[in-house]
Amino acid sequence: MQKEAAIREPLILGDKSYSQITEDVMAPIVGSPTMWWKVLITISGIVAAWGIGNILYLLGVGIGTWGLNKTVGWAWDITNFVWWVGIGHAGTLISAVLLLFRQKWRMAINRSAEAMTIFAVMMAALFPGIHMGRIWQAYWVFPLPNQFGSLWVNFNSPLLWDVFAISTYFSVSLVFWYIGLIPDFATIRDKVTGGWRKKLYTALSFGWSGRAKHWTRFEEVSLVLAGIATPLVFSVHSIVSMDFATAIIPGWHTTIFPPYFVSGAVFSGFAMVLTLLLIMRKVMGLEAYIHTKHVEYMNIVIIVTGSIVGVAYITELFISWYSGVEYESYAFINRATGPYWWSYAIMMTCNVVSPQLFWFKKLRTSLMFTFIMSLIINLGMWYERYVIIVTSLHRDYLPSSWSEFHSTFVDLGIFVGTLGIFMTLFLLFARFFPVLALNELKTILKSSGENFKKADH
Amino acid sequence: MARKVFHAMYDDDDKLKEAAQLIVDKGIRVKEVFSPFPIHGIDPIIGVKRTRLAICAFMYALTGTSLALLGMWYFMISDWPMNIGGKPNQSLINNITSFLPVTFEFSVLCGAHGMSITYLLRNGTVPGMIADNPHPRSTNDRFIMEVTTDENSSMSVADISQILSSTNPEELSEKEY
Repeated sequence: MQKEAAIREPLILGDKSYSQITEDVMAPIVGSPTMWWKVLITISGIVAAWGIGNILYLLGVGIGTWGLNKTVGWAWDITNFVWWVGIGHAGTLISAVLLLFRQKWRMAINRSAEAMTIFAVMMAALFPGIHMGRIWQAYWVFPLPNQFGSLWVNFNSPLLWDVFAISTYFSVSLVFWYIGLIPDFATIRDKVTGGWRKKLYTALSFGWSGRAKHWTRFEEVSLVLAGIATPLVFSVHSIVSMDFATAIIPGWHTTIFPPYFVSGAVFSGFAMVLTLLLIMRKVMGLEAYIHTKHVEYMNIVIIVTGSIVGVAYITELFISWYSGVEYESYAFINRATGPYWWSYAIMMTCNVVSPQLFWFKKLRTSLMFTFIMSLIINLGMWYERYVIIVTSLHRDYLPSSWSEFHSTFVDLGIFVGTLGIFMTLFLLFARFFPVLALNELKTILKSSGENFKKADH
Repeated sequence: MARKVFHAMYDDDDKLKEAAQLIVDKGIRVKEVFSPFPIHGIDPIIGVKRTRLAICAFMYALTGTSLALLGMWYFMISDWPMNIGGKPNQSLINNITSFLPVTFEFSVLCGAHGMSITYLLRNGTVPGMIADNPHPRSTNDRFIMEVTTDENSSMSVADISQILSSTNPEELSEKEY
């Protein structure tokens, strides 16, 4: 049996037994939905419907309904795409990277963080899809034999790398998540009595019986999937950054982009995990499993990644001057002092200054403060992408074609709509799926459970 | 002799591990252990061999690497070479750098999915399968050891039963099958 230092704070609070963990996780699944859940799903359902309406309008009328013009050809769509993909990264980081580092605190949060990843990547994939204008021809991005030659897709283009990166990332995350869910579905299957629930969870659990050999394989699969999901997650956002970095636009053509985008992604993703989990632990009564210690660990990750992002911003700024290229320098001066100075200011404040407040233990262990900070970081990271995309494009090579971007109600409607769709999916997950990896949690009960730690010393 | 199966149920993973060690020392073969989570250290006691799934994953990933390179060579070099921005697609080796991202992604795709599918098939946990754990609590908070007379033909039923009860299981059931 593993031992843990007595001074280390327990990860599972209260007097919990194995069956108590099952009961706690199953409570929202077998019970009737709480008032809060009903209120939240109603709101997010309405917002989602509004978003879907906007998407249909866009598909019917065309992307001229967005505020794009011939100078600013990419704006909210790609901003939203990068923002959502970035959010997805935290889930994989928690479930894969922290598994490789044997961090036990991930067990309470990995399931919902992975769910977040999957839903976020779905939202992300929507944007390039609808940006094509003719979404029914979206399959043209794959190298399928066709009657034009065959004319193949361009494998030298980062946009195509993205197709492969995002689809691999989505499907591997989905499989990783589901393989972890199977034993937990089996637990629910054996616990519920009759009715549609029994049928549903019997089907979902694929006949899992918990044999020793199966568990050995389970652990091997989790480890190997974590091992290959880790470089995958780094590659995905590196490739997303190459959508910009391989272009010759001043402000985009930067070699620092891949590491800077990856840390930014983890930074924003952890902020979103905190936003969701701080609400979820209260609404679903999971305070014993996700508590201050978990939040503190996540805030530490936020300081680290936030600082990397801060250093990257400043490096970018310095190099634009040091390069001696006047176009490069102008791109950055224009970012900070041009018509979009306010978005640059929001980005700098939210992403560079505010996470540094977490150096104070009092602040990083305050749940209310963390919640507010997580919203600030979400906002700041959205603006980071907006700054990179819009401010680099709006003043191009000919001053006669300089322009500005003005968003329309469709831009806003689709972005807010994806938030609604995302929340609806997440709430459905929270109601019908085990939100904690309950069987994994049981493995740390004896080493990190409060009652066992007390009895030991 | 009637074929019998014994199920000894314990309320703790460490108790089951001790019991398994005890009865294995007395020459009884344990057929199976059912538990709600992986019991670390049980495999060598009951003789479960290390899985070779990781090797499979490596082979699937290599297949992905080869397929991706072959595909891109065909699309970009052989079938329809294009001159993109003054950078012609002449040979695989000249273009390999811009093919690396897709090669990597496709290797991961094949490795991960190949291994996952193999895992599900080898376990027999595929859609539509019915679970056969002996007790519903074995997926919640109980740990069950299964011993059969088939695998221990040199011992009498009474002997097996007696040795199993000496490990103080919470419940010991004996069934014919």
